[in-house]
Amino acid sequence: MAKKNEKKKELDWFDHPQNIRRLRTGFYIVLVLLVLPDFFLHKHHLFSTVESWPGFYALFGFVSCVAIIVVSKLLGNLLKREEDYYDRR
Amino acid sequence: MTAANLHPSALLFVGAALVLILPLWGRRATILVAPAAAFLIITQLPAGEFWHYSMFGFDLNMLRVDKLSKAFGYVFTINAFGCFLFAQHLKDRYEHIAALCYIGASLGAVFAGDLISLYFFWEIMAITSTFLVLARRTAAAYGAAYRYVMMHIFGGLCLLAGIVLQVEASGSVAFDGFSLQGLPTYLILIGFLINAAAYPFSTWLSDAYPEATVTGGVIMTAYTTKTAVYTLIRGFAGWEVLIAVGCFMAIYGIIYAILENDMRRILAFSIMNQVGFMVCGIGIGTQLAISGAVAHAFCHIIYKALLWMSAGSVLYMTGKSKCTELGGLYKTMPWTMIFGTVGALAISSFPFFSGYTSKPMIIEAGVHEGFFWVWLILEIASAGVFLHAGIKFPYFVFFAKDNGLRPGEPPKHMLAAMALFAFICIFLGVYPQPLYDILPYPVDFHAYTLEHTLNQFQLLMFSALAFFMLLPLLKRTNTISIRIDWVFRKGGKQFYRFCQWAFDGLNDWADRVFVKETPKLLARFFEEPGGNLMKYCYRLWVETSGIDDQQEQVTSRIDSRSRSAAYPVGVGVLLAVVILVLASMLLYLR
Repeated sequence: MAKKNEKKKELDWFDHPQNIRRLRTGFYIVLVLLVLPDFFLHKHHLFSTVESWPGFYALFGFVSCVAIIVVSKLLGNLLKREEDYYDRR
Repeated sequence: MTAANLHPSALLFVGAALVLILPLWGRRATILVAPAAAFLIITQLPAGEFWHYSMFGFDLNMLRVDKLSKAFGYVFTINAFGCFLFAQHLKDRYEHIAALCYIGASLGAVFAGDLISLYFFWEIMAITSTFLVLARRTAAAYGAAYRYVMMHIFGGLCLLAGIVLQVEASGSVAFDGFSLQGLPTYLILIGFLINAAAYPFSTWLSDAYPEATVTGGVIMTAYTTKTAVYTLIRGFAGWEVLIAVGCFMAIYGIIYAILENDMRRILAFSIMNQVGFMVCGIGIGTQLAISGAVAHAFCHIIYKALLWMSAGSVLYMTGKSKCTELGGLYKTMPWTMIFGTVGALAISSFPFFSGYTSKPMIIEAGVHEGFFWVWLILEIASAGVFLHAGIKFPYFVFFAKDNGLRPGEPPKHMLAAMALFAFICIFLGVYPQPLYDILPYPVDFHAYTLEHTLNQFQLLMFSALAFFMLLPLLKRTNTISIRIDWVFRKGGKQFYRFCQWAFDGLNDWADRVFVKETPKLLARFFEEPGGNLMKYCYRLWVETSGIDDQQEQVTSRIDSRSRSAAYPVGVGVLLAVVILVLASMLLYLR
């Protein structure tokens, strides 16, 4: 019976603002922790010395994603149509 | 020897025949046993060529066993087992038969030892898979299935034409690496690329897969494109044009996936993106690149099926597939959410998930060859995968705005199938050696160096940061995006309308001029040919000379004379003279 009662109570962890806040803080801490070791490691580079700079891949990921989103958004203005576009005469 | 007496795809065709006659429990058992048995047989197959037969004067064989065909055979049968576990609830014989034949045909294509056997299985795949779309029984599905089969018929014809020319040119039906570049091999390449969903022949995939049934969609994701990847590896490894094709596909898939609203269509676009990585690896063509492409195809089939299963469960339980109508499902579908997230992390090649042990092989192979642009584009695409499939799909389906849906978990067998594939994703991510052992070339690749893993974590987590920072730009809208198929979907209609305007207009004009106006004119003239001719000549004279004071009198006189037949010369004589004059002029001019 106890199990049944538990089941009735929905999962709503993400509905609470303080949880989202905690999640966000944790996320930022992880980001910082990921870049920190770069300052102490000697990194190899494949094509250019830029790659061995601390946080290169972090910046690379961030910039390429921003670029992808912006480009898609711009192309979206050109490509997006109403859902019944092909059904209309 | 004993194992080679049984063809793996024959088992699935026999399974399809059994499904036709067996009652429900028997059908449920058959669809699981057939792929499992096929898997066991493939493990026992010795290398070599078997099942020889003769046709059109050529010696053909249906079972060529080497490491490459076996690797694809393994993953095709494992995936079939998982997909049929997922489809246990389905009572429809017709859909199971189509699926079994489709999988059997793709195994046949992978094990085919020559071009003619390949072509037969290739066409069976195209036809049987169409039924998995038709089985949805909606108007949208019928339209998509029609466009799907038309595109595959076109691809099949390209392949057939290429094969015929190739046989004509080289005198052999052998299906090995093509060395000659020319029309025959280009046609074969186009046939393969159509099935690989390469641009601009890509629209059938994102068009038809999301319209397929819940289980049909899961099954279709693996076979058509990955059979094409296999045939490209077999025939076109090292063709540099494939590098460009693959890079374009990788980026194309991402951009459209970001614009898309339908969750299964997002996943369909990400198939193109992932196949782009494989095609690029095939174009690089080194041992590491080919091994990477095979490994990536293996992992991709599993995690993509897992993603489609989680999306399929959502569709099955809610009947909805648009991101704008979904959201907040983690509350009542936590297990589906967890399995879907495992698939999402695997496709993003997150460390400790299967994509991470396969995809970097392709990128590293490109780096070994010194291809800067390949490295750059594939790294951008890697970040982009996490963006659209890794975060966007789970976020908008299971989290984001709660749309008030409370569906509950899907049936147990669906969860079991997802659990199985989630396990494989994590297992191959942590311990990839069994996968590396079945690859066509020995692999000297270590995914887990501190530097590489750290770089990958940075790349992915900062992509996530970009996603959440630009979330307002990614808000879903109730729209579709036009693709190259606009050319025949809208353009076709416009062309039809243009033809209607042009040819109907021409018809109308001709009808008016030649049927109505000209005979009327001629009839009026021949009523009084002599009088009319005189009147015309008189009018010409009046106009040129400018004397017109007696015009009416003269014309009425001509009329009355003509009517009373007062002219001495008959009409016939007049015409004869006219014709004689014309004829003599013509003769003189010659």
